[in-house]
Amino acid sequence: MRRRGSPFTGAGIVLAKEAADQLSGIRMVVIEALVFLIALVLAWFSTTAIRESIGESPFLFLRLLTMSPDPIPFSFIDIVGLVAPVIAIALGFDAVNAEFNQRTLSRILAQPIYRDALLLGKFLARLLALTIALVSLWLMVLGVGFLRLGLPPSFEELVRMVGFLVATIAYGGVWLAVAFLFSVLFRAPATAALSSLGLWLVFSFFWSVVIRPLVATMIAGPAEDLFGPNLAYVQTSQVLDRISPNTLYAETALALLQPSTRTLGPVFLSQLRGALIGAPLPAAQSFILVWPQITGLIAGMIVIFAIAYVIFQRQEIRA
Amino acid sequence: MAEEVVIRAQELTKRYGGTVAVDHINLEVHAGEIVGILGPNGSGKTTTILMLLGLTEPTGGRAEVAGFDPLRDPLEVKRRVGYLPDTVGFYDGLSARDNLAYTGRLAGLPRREIDERIAAALARVGMPDVGRERVGTFSRGMRQRLGLAEVLMKQPSIAILDEPTATLDPHSTQEFLAMIRGLKADGITVLLSSHHLDQVQSVCDRVALFNRGRVALSGSVTELAHRVLGGGYVIDVEVRGGTPVRNQLAAVPGVVRVQVLGPELYRADCERDLRTEIARRLAPSFDLLGIRFAEPSLNEVYTRYFDEVRRAA
Repeated sequence: MRRRGSPFTGAGIVLAKEAADQLSGIRMVVIEALVFLIALVLAWFSTTAIRESIGESPFLFLRLLTMSPDPIPFSFIDIVGLVAPVIAIALGFDAVNAEFNQRTLSRILAQPIYRDALLLGKFLARLLALTIALVSLWLMVLGVGFLRLGLPPSFEELVRMVGFLVATIAYGGVWLAVAFLFSVLFRAPATAALSSLGLWLVFSFFWSVVIRPLVATMIAGPAEDLFGPNLAYVQTSQVLDRISPNTLYAETALALLQPSTRTLGPVFLSQLRGALIGAPLPAAQSFILVWPQITGLIAGMIVIFAIAYVIFQRQEIRA
Repeated sequence: MAEEVVIRAQELTKRYGGTVAVDHINLEVHAGEIVGILGPNGSGKTTTILMLLGLTEPTGGRAEVAGFDPLRDPLEVKRRVGYLPDTVGFYDGLSARDNLAYTGRLAGLPRREIDERIAAALARVGMPDVGRERVGTFSRGMRQRLGLAEVLMKQPSIAILDEPTATLDPHSTQEFLAMIRGLKADGITVLLSSHHLDQVQSVCDRVALFNRGRVALSGSVTELAHRVLGGGYVIDVEVRGGTPVRNQLAAVPGVVRVQVLGPELYRADCERDLRTEIARRLAPSFDLLGIRFAEPSLNEVYTRYFDEVRRAA
């Protein structure tokens, strides 16, 4: 039987309340402190290194994001790749189960709203908080870079950096959706947080090192055969790698922030004939290169949220 | 004219896999009534309430609440129904006012009226000065009152209260029961689920006794007593006049037995409602002070019913 009334009645009210809770909560203060620290330290050391080697690259602001300045062993991309999921999980792990635990859910759902509105409002509010955190980080790095280098970024750099920011938000969105899913599945917030962090660790550290080679070997045979690298293995590995949001994000960052990146897959010598190795691609070409990755991240976020949504719709509300 | 039926369940059924939680129940609640739903844990009371609110889908049958089908028009039902769950939860970090303002906005109340309604509702539940206080500092009793304030703020036509006094101390319970009576005085129909039989008896016009997902019995306490305890109607007569009263009372056709409960208090076991006949017989000769049904105890009815169910099983 079809229900009457919009499923999104009240979603705006939920969003406003949840966003206010998120932005005014102690959790957001901690996140912003973390963002401030990372931005300041990384931007300071990176700009120091860039000032000493100015003229080596026309893309100074992109170098700001991609270089690993001494004594820090990580680049901005590496740090954001670690921090964005942690922030997303911190924002989402208790989104739904806290309502069960506080016994507020039945009272809220007894108001004239559907569950759809509650879940969507909660997710969008957290995505907004995540976006604010990441945009703050991005703006602070850009600002410190601007002040320390004394130059504004070029339009090309700005476009690439905005693309990178969007991809980072989508990447964080995937982990937010994962945390959201676990918050629907598990009543204990600690279990939801641990499960989310566990999955993140699997994709961050074990996927490419253990799981992907194992599965690729089982599907396509060994990595090397009599005539050299096994192409089937390489292609299977790449497909498996791209299941991981970390790979999609890393590939997007690489292509957008290192304009000389011309491909993200295996390249044959015949394909390199006539290519100007090391010459930067126009921004539009780089975007075409990473379009599937960005789309994949956004689709991943939507699909995982949709799974959480379906599970939540089927849950019994007694609390 | 028959009273308007505001809650109607027809063959309402809910199954969880192979388990039948609510089994083809039929229930009617009329406008302005307070109806109690009773039964042991797991007898289907809360599941029925959730189906009436549109919070869970029935497997079979249909329901109508305030003229709307909760399955098809849950938003319309929820606009007209105030719900107080058994252990009501609030956002501890928000003030009482902010908690109510949030649900007020969700309920679609006009923004300019929300503050006014919150103040009136808080005053009505005896907490006029707590609006700015964080709910995290509230006792259970205060939370239950706040829950009732939320129901009142919504100005519903129906209030569904699920075990509202379960966690309250005796004094708070009495105050809460008075507030429930106040809902009736406001013309609000109340569906009250409770394990406290004396409380149900003290506020409800009718009760429905749930057992294993079915409505085993429903009616006024007197009617239930008649069915479960057997025998006739029990009428207490307060009259001044000495020994002849007893003989006169026993002579009324339909009176089976007369007990003397005190110097001026007699109890007559009757085959039917004989209050008028008894009054006619005694009033001309004696100083008749009062005549009323001796309320049988709901506790007795409940205990006897479930003893018989156990014995039959």
